[in-house]
Amino acid sequence: MATKTLMKGNEAIVRGAIAGGCRGFFGYPITPQNEIPEYMSALMPKIGGAFVQAESEVASINMVYGAASTGARVMTTSSSPGISLMQEGISYIATAELPAVIVNVQRGGPGLGNIAASQADYFQTVKGGGHGDYKLLTLAPWSITECYNFTAMAFDLADKYRAPVMILADAIIGQMIEQIEVPEKVETHLVEKPWATNGCKGRKKNVINSLYIVPKDLEEMNLKLQAKYALMSENEVRFEKTQTDDADLVIVAYGATARISKTAIDLARKEGLKVGLFRPISLFPYPSAELLEMAEQGKKFLTVEMSHGQMLEDVKLAVNGKAEVSFYGRSGGMVPNPLEVLDKIRELVGKSNGSCGCGCCCGKGKKMEVSK
Amino acid sequence: MTGTKVFERPKALSDIQHSYCAGCLHGVMHRIVAEVIDEMGLLENTVGVCPVGCSVFMYDYMSCDMIEASHGRAPAVATGVKRMLPDKFVFAYQGDGDLAAIGTAETVHAAARGENISVIFINNGTYGMTGGQMAPTTIVGEKRTTCPNGRDPKTAGYPIKVCELLATLDGPSYITRVAPVSAAGINQTKMAVKKAFQNQLDGKGFSFVEVLSNCPTHWKMKPIETFKWIEETATVHFPLGVFVDR
Amino acid sequence: MALIEINKELCKGCELCIHFCPKKLIEMADGFNSKGNRFSQFKDSDGSCIGCALCAKVCPDVAIEVWR
Repeated sequence: MATKTLMKGNEAIVRGAIAGGCRGFFGYPITPQNEIPEYMSALMPKIGGAFVQAESEVASINMVYGAASTGARVMTTSSSPGISLMQEGISYIATAELPAVIVNVQRGGPGLGNIAASQADYFQTVKGGGHGDYKLLTLAPWSITECYNFTAMAFDLADKYRAPVMILADAIIGQMIEQIEVPEKVETHLVEKPWATNGCKGRKKNVINSLYIVPKDLEEMNLKLQAKYALMSENEVRFEKTQTDDADLVIVAYGATARISKTAIDLARKEGLKVGLFRPISLFPYPSAELLEMAEQGKKFLTVEMSHGQMLEDVKLAVNGKAEVSFYGRSGGMVPNPLEVLDKIRELVGKSNGSCGCGCCCGKGKKMEVSK
Repeated sequence: MTGTKVFERPKALSDIQHSYCAGCLHGVMHRIVAEVIDEMGLLENTVGVCPVGCSVFMYDYMSCDMIEASHGRAPAVATGVKRMLPDKFVFAYQGDGDLAAIGTAETVHAAARGENISVIFINNGTYGMTGGQMAPTTIVGEKRTTCPNGRDPKTAGYPIKVCELLATLDGPSYITRVAPVSAAGINQTKMAVKKAFQNQLDGKGFSFVEVLSNCPTHWKMKPIETFKWIEETATVHFPLGVFVDR
Repeated sequence: MALIEINKELCKGCELCIHFCPKKLIEMADGFNSKGNRFSQFKDSDGSCIGCALCAKVCPDVAIEVWR
């Protein structure tokens, strides 16, 4: 029977990973994800797994590269600057076709930035990040339950495609505590890994490598990767639609900003505004077809992000000029207030801000503080 | 043929011909590593990790399972392997740019953790594959393509003595520097590799063999002249010996 | 009686074996192998090879086998 409990997002990522079969964790401290290595250091030894606090994120990702080469289910976690340091390693992991799970609990950037929530690593995550033509299958949780379930599922997906899988969370999701129903058991699909480097007893030697010195060979490898990404696009598109059927305006948001947008949508619906939420869950592959379908129905779109418009580009690409796409975003660790989003909704499909003439922002004469 | 074959290609070496320049000691070191793997019966139990540098293709030259690491990260990769497969034999093989420049942190921390792996460090004082640039181990005054007037400590600092550096740590079980440029040196090198490998099997932790090596191409010397230079000059700056054995 | 066999196709002509042979029984051959490399050859007219295998141990290309 599932157990109801309160849990922090970062802890749920750990519990989900273990439920998904993770037996090796390699990481380096960075806020706001420190609970993950802390829980891992306590739990891994208890289940016969490995925990190493590495000397850097560069070392972490390369330990993951080595550990994944053995065929074990392994992971690393970090936050934005640390994930930047891992990019070379992620490119190698993708090219060497190693299954591995990477979690980014995003924080404010660019630069050292700060430790507050941000979604400004979207480009880095889904547009490559490291060098070369590779993609990261990316899942974006918006709840603690999803932190658990998606992390568990990520190990299956990584094995299925022999590819790195990214969980893209943020400081809100990682630090938030809410109720979760922990499933008694997570169904995992373990696969044979005849390619693993674990000693060549009874077989020819295996090599884990991302070097293809002959251009023709590297192009072939690239085509193989592209075919894999096409297969992911066919099979792994995930999204959630809420109140979009009758909506004039569809907010497109993922992770924490999807929750904030949902609150704004509830407020807008009370005002009679027909607004819905489209929440991409897989950021690569991106649910473009569904957005295009709604664009063709004449709906408008509003993308809400904790960035200055990164996923916005994928929304625009998806609707391909067939619909108006607006944007609202905050950055640097500033989190959009639902009322700010509500203002934007009114601007697009309802009464404009302060239309009653009293200088308020709710349109009903009641003064509301909006921090901007 | 008469008599018994007393020297042949070890089984842990594949049939693929090395791409190294004539007289390069990488070939000798590959042969020694492979021979020790054979003699200790480790072939089917081994995962090797090779570097970026001239020996980047070592995965082709060995018959055991191999992983090609990114530049400098072989000790981290080997750590990942060893932690998941503690019963397998794991070695890393690295050059000086790889191990003592870009991968310094990974080297020092694998050693400090006492990671139960064996590291073979090929020190020839230059970046061979990229064309003979100054390495972290280039001796003061030696000319390289990025110090054409000789390494000047005022601007380029001093060579890193890796054995001495690692010997300050409590993690390593065995640290030695050898030079396979004489009959005795070749035998000592093989014994050092064997001891480093045996230490891992005995669970003693991090073992490190620094090999003073050559680069006839970029040193612009005949192979035999590089041997003489190592014996007469390199060993003055990088003294041979056992630094840690516990 | 000991002897060595040099695989001329593996040899790159570095001459290390020539310098290491205590009996001076190895010399450079005329011409080139199929890869365009010069190569060394074993020349032991009076059977004085002692099978010490130093030539093989110093050969970076593992081109030499030794019988004793």
